[in-house]
Amino acid sequence: MADSIDTKKLQLTKEDFESDQMVKWCPGCGDHAILRSVENVFPELGIPPENFVVVSGIGCSSRFPYYMNTYGMHGIHGRAAALATGIKLANPKLSVWMITGDGDSMAIGGNHFIHIARRNPDVNILLFNNKIYGLTKGQYSPTTPKGQKTKSSPQGTFERPFNPGTLAIGARATFFARVVDTNPKMMTEVFLEAARFHGTSIVEVLQNCVIFNNKIHSLITSRETKDENQIFLRAGEPMIFGKNMDKGLMMDEKGLRVVTLGENGITEKDLLVHNPFEEDTGIHTMLCEMMPPDYPAALGVIRSVKTETLEDAVWNTIEYEKQNSPLKSVDDLLRTGNTWEVEDDPRKNGKKRR
Amino acid sequence: MVSKKDKVVELENAVVRFAGDSGDGMQLTGSLFSDSTAFAGNDFATFPDYPAEIRAPQGTVAGVSGFQIHFGSSDIHTSGDLADVLVAMNPASLKANMKWITHNAIIIVDTDAFTEKNLIKAGYETNPLKDGTLSGHSVIEAPITTLTREAVKNLNIDNKSAQKSKNMFALGMVFYMFNRDYKKTFEFFEQKFKTNPIVIRANKQVLTAGYNYADTIEVFTRTYKIIPAPLTKGLYRNVTGNLATSWGLLAAAERSGRKLFLGSYPITPASEILQELSKHKQFNAIAFQAEDEIAGIVSSIGSSFAGAMAVTSTSGPGLSLKSEAIGLAVMTELPLVIVNVQRGGPSTGLPTKSEQSDLMQALYGRNGEAPVIVLAAQSSADCFYSAYEAAKLAMEHMTPVILLTDGSLANGSEVFKIPNVADLPPIKPPIVKANDPDYKPYKRDPEKLSRPWALPGTKGLRHRIGGLEKEDVTGNVSQDPLNHQRMSEIREEKVERVANFIPDLEVLGEQEGDVLVVGWGGTYGVMLTAIEEMRKEGQKISLAHFKHIKPLPKNTGEVLKRFKKILVCEINLGQFVNHLRMMFPGIVFDQYNKIQGLPFMVSELKEKFNEYLND
Repeated sequence: MADSIDTKKLQLTKEDFESDQMVKWCPGCGDHAILRSVENVFPELGIPPENFVVVSGIGCSSRFPYYMNTYGMHGIHGRAAALATGIKLANPKLSVWMITGDGDSMAIGGNHFIHIARRNPDVNILLFNNKIYGLTKGQYSPTTPKGQKTKSSPQGTFERPFNPGTLAIGARATFFARVVDTNPKMMTEVFLEAARFHGTSIVEVLQNCVIFNNKIHSLITSRETKDENQIFLRAGEPMIFGKNMDKGLMMDEKGLRVVTLGENGITEKDLLVHNPFEEDTGIHTMLCEMMPPDYPAALGVIRSVKTETLEDAVWNTIEYEKQNSPLKSVDDLLRTGNTWEVEDDPRKNGKKRR
Repeated sequence: MVSKKDKVVELENAVVRFAGDSGDGMQLTGSLFSDSTAFAGNDFATFPDYPAEIRAPQGTVAGVSGFQIHFGSSDIHTSGDLADVLVAMNPASLKANMKWITHNAIIIVDTDAFTEKNLIKAGYETNPLKDGTLSGHSVIEAPITTLTREAVKNLNIDNKSAQKSKNMFALGMVFYMFNRDYKKTFEFFEQKFKTNPIVIRANKQVLTAGYNYADTIEVFTRTYKIIPAPLTKGLYRNVTGNLATSWGLLAAAERSGRKLFLGSYPITPASEILQELSKHKQFNAIAFQAEDEIAGIVSSIGSSFAGAMAVTSTSGPGLSLKSEAIGLAVMTELPLVIVNVQRGGPSTGLPTKSEQSDLMQALYGRNGEAPVIVLAAQSSADCFYSAYEAAKLAMEHMTPVILLTDGSLANGSEVFKIPNVADLPPIKPPIVKANDPDYKPYKRDPEKLSRPWALPGTKGLRHRIGGLEKEDVTGNVSQDPLNHQRMSEIREEKVERVANFIPDLEVLGEQEGDVLVVGWGGTYGVMLTAIEEMRKEGQKISLAHFKHIKPLPKNTGEVLKRFKKILVCEINLGQFVNHLRMMFPGIVFDQYNKIQGLPFMVSELKEKFNEYLND
């Protein structure tokens, strides 16, 4: 039970996971690139295709299961986390993938999102964050920046947004990563790590909605500005970024600070070294909060802390109880406690209990 | 002096009600009396009556906890209308229960509790033991608290602890009154307080003291005996409705070879199902306590997709929250049992009281055309068979099933003849074999119209389902107008065809005639008792009582047409009667409704039926 993924290498390709359904996302939507990356990752995992289950809630992202040739279920709005938990508990051998968006998981499904993070079933969550409601045509979402004008906020939103990373980590998520939909290589690498993590892995994909919120992530993703505004974190490596790889992150009494290598005698040794395995949430939370223009957005695996999964805890107990319970069948159970035998009554009209 | 033996009166049945403060241990007292009743071979049914608050202010009427048992030498179908014997441990419990006792009841009171302070708390201006309030009743005044303290003096325990067993003194007195053996009760003490020998001794001594006190002072002018009931040969036990529901589900899971998955959120009066199933992991049963009602049902739907026998349990407000997800289970055509233990509504309503007011919600409370099977359990013990049948129908017909029970059935208990699981009807879910070349997600069984159940992890059956409308046969997403009409009709027809797999409606009494009374679900016991009594008294009146609400038994219309007048009785404002009016527009239905958070009483039904007969 400890390793629910069959690591035996199978000869699978991307084509094994492409469905025959027409993909109906808008041309230019970031979802297309995410789909291709997932199709690239599945054959690499050594899992037979029939053991994948892709589930979703409602929203543009949630059409995803129809486009994968796996078992799949398109659920109801916000509830994919509950579907995924039920599937994983019922059959821990399955590789369960949950596709959701910022409306689906941060608003209507906010409750389920925090609870799946807390419970830690081995479910891989891809959270497409485009900071807008796309399918309903352009209302603001819980991640829309405060003040942004949308169809339902003509004067700009009045609400402070969620940061999915800090929300997840606050809810005790064991694995959190962030990627951009413009970088297939990065997505593939991080999705692989998420899949191999035994526990709930949450990957926030900064995804572009070309119709209703175009270029919302452009500071982080555009060719001109991305090098200065994103940092890809790798375990054990110093936190360096910038076009010339001459910038880094240090920690001082005020928190994280962007520094330039060579200035004020700062060398690589002075920089923070990324440790996603650190149990303490402090630095991981600070990394999630970093956003341009003051900081680069943190990408890659930010947090990866192993702890027992929900299904392991449940099924280990089930196995234990099977070994140790005196009750071997429901017949035994029905006969526990206070029972009494009634002999045939001489009076004929005995009660006919079913 | 008259010896005890000479003054034993044989009774056919009796109703005893134990009442005291929430902390007085009345539920335990009642259940110990039930155990001894079983040992005496009587048939019985019980009902607890306790406040919605966990610890309402001590000594007040709001804080009174009661337990009623109806036992007899013939079939017992109800926990009894009015008590023949009331044990009142304080003034508040006397006050709260005066309306639930017969006009000439025996009332046992603890006089030590009738202090001025307690009388005021109970809202008595004068002492009811002295002001004539109880005239007509036989009042047995016993200083129970003092005598309890005396009884354990040798054990050197403090007064407060000593007084805790005063309920056992009262129980001892009632045991004497009904000539009961207390051997079983002693065995219980030895089990329950294994680690605390002093408590075992204290309880035994107090119980014996109560018994001997009743004997010695000859407070009872007579004692009573009820001969064993003519139960058929077999092994019996006592079950509450919630326990029976849980066990019926476990039996169905075992019989079908499926894991059991319950996704549930605690809610009164359904929580015991979650608690009971959480105890039985050895049977591959997962009880998942979800973060809310919606996650409860949706996790169950997930487990159903993955191949488990899926259940969610709730009560009214929770059923409201689950509506959208029930629609998902209808659209995906996955098996799912939704147990709704009805309580008083709307909104939070009367959480600890019983009602039948969720029927329309069960039938129609969803967006779209969303038919489901609706069953209603008829008694606490029947909850076992109803839960089993609900699971069988859900899995074999690939559809959600709503099982309606109610607070009275859930908390009430009755005698249950223990079946062998192997004797229950087999359950054969339509699980698809690996690589089945003919598999299509929505290709249907020609007879049942059920779709096949293809489980993730099986080779060659990969498919996608979801809440969007499905194309017939392939299950692909479809917006086609004619396909939607066809699929809507198929989903309805699939549920209607279940009528071919359920028993016909039975009529008790004349099979045709002047008057038929109709009921459904939890009113079975009380309606049956009323009709049986009236028929013994020579009245011509028949009963048809429904367990299958959707679909209705196939012969329903034909049965109803055989009677000149039909009276539909329900604990609501008339939901089933309106459903019948819609289903059978040519038939005239009269109705009798009660909505007080209380079950029908046999006496009020008989009065109403007599009036109706003469109308």
